[in-house]
Amino acid sequence: MVNNQEINQPAAIKIANVSVYLGDVRVLENISFTIEHGVMVALVGPNGAGKSTLFRAILGLVPIAGGEILIHGLPFSEIRGEMAYVPQSEQINWLFPLTSLDVVMLGRQRKIGWFRKPSRLDKEVVRYSLDRVGLYDKRNSLVTELSGGQRQRLFVARALAQEAHTLLLDEAFSGVDIASQEGLMDMLNSLKNEGKTILLSTHDLTNMSERFDLCCCLNKHICAFGKPDEAFTPEVLEELYGSHSSMKLDSDGG
Amino acid sequence: MLDSFLEPFKYDFMVRAFIVSIGIGVLCPMVGSYVVVRKLAFMGDALAHTVLPGLVLGYIIGWNPLLLAVPTCVVTAILIGFLSRKTGLSEDTSIGILLAGLFSLGLAMISLSDGVNVDLEGILLGEILGVSSQDVWIIFVICIITGTILYLFHKELVFNSFDPQGASVIGLPSRLLDYLLLILISLVVVASIQAVGVVLMLAMLVTPAAIAYLLARSFVSMMFLGALIGVFVCIAGIYLSYFLDLPSGPSMTLVAVVSFIVTALIKRRTVF
Repeated sequence: MVNNQEINQPAAIKIANVSVYLGDVRVLENISFTIEHGVMVALVGPNGAGKSTLFRAILGLVPIAGGEILIHGLPFSEIRGEMAYVPQSEQINWLFPLTSLDVVMLGRQRKIGWFRKPSRLDKEVVRYSLDRVGLYDKRNSLVTELSGGQRQRLFVARALAQEAHTLLLDEAFSGVDIASQEGLMDMLNSLKNEGKTILLSTHDLTNMSERFDLCCCLNKHICAFGKPDEAFTPEVLEELYGSHSSMKLDSDGG
Repeated sequence: MLDSFLEPFKYDFMVRAFIVSIGIGVLCPMVGSYVVVRKLAFMGDALAHTVLPGLVLGYIIGWNPLLLAVPTCVVTAILIGFLSRKTGLSEDTSIGILLAGLFSLGLAMISLSDGVNVDLEGILLGEILGVSSQDVWIIFVICIITGTILYLFHKELVFNSFDPQGASVIGLPSRLLDYLLLILISLVVVASIQAVGVVLMLAMLVTPAAIAYLLARSFVSMMFLGALIGVFVCIAGIYLSYFLDLPSGPSMTLVAVVSFIVTALIKRRTVF
């Protein structure tokens, strides 16, 4: 019998000395960091830095060469369903004529199981999740009819329906206009305050310290990991984006 | 007027043709809905062509050709996935190579086995009026199997088609579900091959489902609406074939394509 103390102790995500090869190319080198429960972490880095690969490694979608990844102290295979994934928009087949209700119901599949139909509880959870992200009015809209921001919120609703403790959002703000970005952030913050752990990748470096608890700077290896105002030293920025990056930081206001 | 509609039912072969056309009319668009939204049209075309060696082998050894077409088609489907993974070539290149290769193998087999009575025109263009009662049974069994798989695995097939990575994350076997879909397409191809033939198989797989895509507001309604359209297309095609003495494949295809053009003109859906 395990007591509560021991269940709560392990970190939400613990990565130790993880490398990932795609073919012969090492795309991630000796990645190590720990994310505690109930924090929001931004994963930043240039294109090709391995952000998506890191997500895929955490989700068990690519094999890791050495090291280990523990979710709540357990390997991914034992904890499927605890992690929710909001993929990059290009990974989704938008041609598929699904309504908002259909998409959020996908999040219930693991709970429903093979050969079974959604129960009344499942339908209730789906309605609640849609309401939570403010898309209940759009429940019968096709996904093609939603804006970029609404689509991201829809996938967050799917994560809620999944009852996942940890959310991974790949390129969370791409295709989302500024006004909707704020709405999305507010929603993620309220989830964080309920104890959910959120890891999202983004290209947007504005107001990092106001928006995120921690930031992980990745360029094949971890360049910096910590509070945003401490992590972004000129050296780290140069390592991430080359010598023009300090200008970028100035114009974006840090 | 009514008499001429009922006239074909005097003949047993016409009754069999109608039974088969209802079966494939329902089945093709149901599986075809996946083909349309997952852009698998070329794959469907390839599976139709690669059925040829199986059919010919059936004629040569004296078995029902449909029985041998099923494994040929399923093996091809698996081979295409395997080839593109192992060689790193794109999937449509692998499909192209196998389509041409196996179709040629079938044609070569026909040439080399002179003396065997192979109805090449029937295979290529469809001859629904030549369906035997054994064929009807085989097609019936294929319809039941395909329908059952579509029903049992509906939500998993949908998840995997919409968001394969998300499906993997929650533990669905994404690659196996892809193969399952290819096997479903193979079964439909084999069931329909006598009605529409190798060359025009693609039309039945894609066109009624595409009409339904323009009209429906959810994937399930697309499947069922597609089935209604499919049955209409097949039956109208048979009448056309009977009264104008056309091969059944082209007549069904023409009905389908005309229906599509009319629908597309009336209803235009914005797809980006």
